[in-house]
Amino acid sequence: MPKQLLDHNDIKRIIRRMAHEIVEKNKGTENLCLVGIQKGGVILARRLASQIETIESSRIEVGTLDITFYRDDLNTKTDQPVVKKTEIPCTITNKTVVLVDDVLYTGRSIRAAMDALIDFGRPAYIRLAVLIDRGHRELPIRADYAGKNLPTSFQDRVEVTLTEDGKKDKAVLISGK
Amino acid sequence: MLNTKDLLGIKELTPEEIYSILDTASGFKDVLQRDIKKVPPLRGKTVVNLFFEPSTRTRTSFELAAKRLSADVVNFSVATSSVTKGETLKDTALTIKALGADFVVIRHSSAGVPHFLSRLLDISIINAGDGANEHPTQALLDLFTVLSHKKKIKGLIIAIIGDIVHSRVARSCIYAFVKLGARVRVICPPTLTPPEITNLGIEVFHNMEKGLEDADVIMTLRLQLERQSKGFLPSLEEYFYLYGLTSERMRVAKGDAIVMHPGPMNRGVEIESEVADGRQSVILEQVTNGLAVRMAVLYLLAGVKK
Repeated sequence: MPKQLLDHNDIKRIIRRMAHEIVEKNKGTENLCLVGIQKGGVILARRLASQIETIESSRIEVGTLDITFYRDDLNTKTDQPVVKKTEIPCTITNKTVVLVDDVLYTGRSIRAAMDALIDFGRPAYIRLAVLIDRGHRELPIRADYAGKNLPTSFQDRVEVTLTEDGKKDKAVLISGK
Repeated sequence: MLNTKDLLGIKELTPEEIYSILDTASGFKDVLQRDIKKVPPLRGKTVVNLFFEPSTRTRTSFELAAKRLSADVVNFSVATSSVTKGETLKDTALTIKALGADFVVIRHSSAGVPHFLSRLLDISIINAGDGANEHPTQALLDLFTVLSHKKKIKGLIIAIIGDIVHSRVARSCIYAFVKLGARVRVICPPTLTPPEITNLGIEVFHNMEKGLEDADVIMTLRLQLERQSKGFLPSLEEYFYLYGLTSERMRVAKGDAIVMHPGPMNRGVEIESEVADGRQSVILEQVTNGLAVRMAVLYLLAGVKK
């Protein structure tokens, strides 16, 4: 039986807080660009961006990044991945790029995302924002902005559902045992 | 999602596998438009191009596709290899395997050679043209090109013109477009019509004006000049007079029909320059798409469990 971790109100508050943290650390929206990792991070990046735009009353760029071709598990995965859209709307060189994903787990997706991103330019800083950090890192990677730290077992699965309008947002834990 | 270690022909693929290749190719087409056109998934892998027939564009396309995926590429061309010293195909193949290749891209004048290698070796074999049998990546890039213009394949009228009997491109394209639900017509001289053609679910025409009527896609094939010594055609002039693609003849096709050619073109034999360079021609797009499709094939085969 899946256990509800966050409901849509929790997620709304978390996104608001993370947006504040990002603009506080960046001292505004100058040279800031958000990039959502396909596909869990795409909606979260857009939601964060619109929250930041409300707070700061200025527009910021949002992109999407597909990391399929940069993964390190092509030969070990059982199902072949499906390629999705990559759209980097601005030059990222000398910008602060905040990579956005829904769940931070082994860190391997983030490693792939950094490699993919660097093929588009040389950002001044790459930061990481995630909704849920569930531990079990396999690489020396940490989140700069984490919505919720959540201890999980290796066998568990964490599923995040985000919608554009936020009404059906939720995060659930599916226990492995 | 591919289920076999090899790409031997379109005949062996399911529609789902075909669409999976085309979807992946569109991801690679985006990569090819970037500043840095190289991605890392085939790092440390080796692709051997084993070409027993002359080819520039297909070999170059495979070579570039492999390099864009960060693989190492070795071109094994027959004129300079041990084959001229009497080595058998089997020994050549085993030698390439022993060198540590992960993929063999093979072109051969005999049909079935890729299938033979597939049974012999446990590495991935990609058919780059075997005799008059198949040339699957050409058909896949043609599907990709048509799909990008027409947004669908089902129900389209595809007219394939030319020397069908000697053409592996025609066979692969017929299998591919029929599998995805298009209405395929071939237009060819009676002497260049293969006898088995009526079993393929297509229509055969010997007249351009009738065959081109309402066509959405017009595909002319190269008249294989090197294979015309047996008297199939009275003369090249007569061939152009009866089967050459001219702007005059295109009028019976749909107004937004696209013109394709697998290259290399014989201008003034199967196609008029005005059409080849005209606004409906997508011939150069086919070349670019070929690169994306070949990257997709290499990439997907690398992910298949062996």
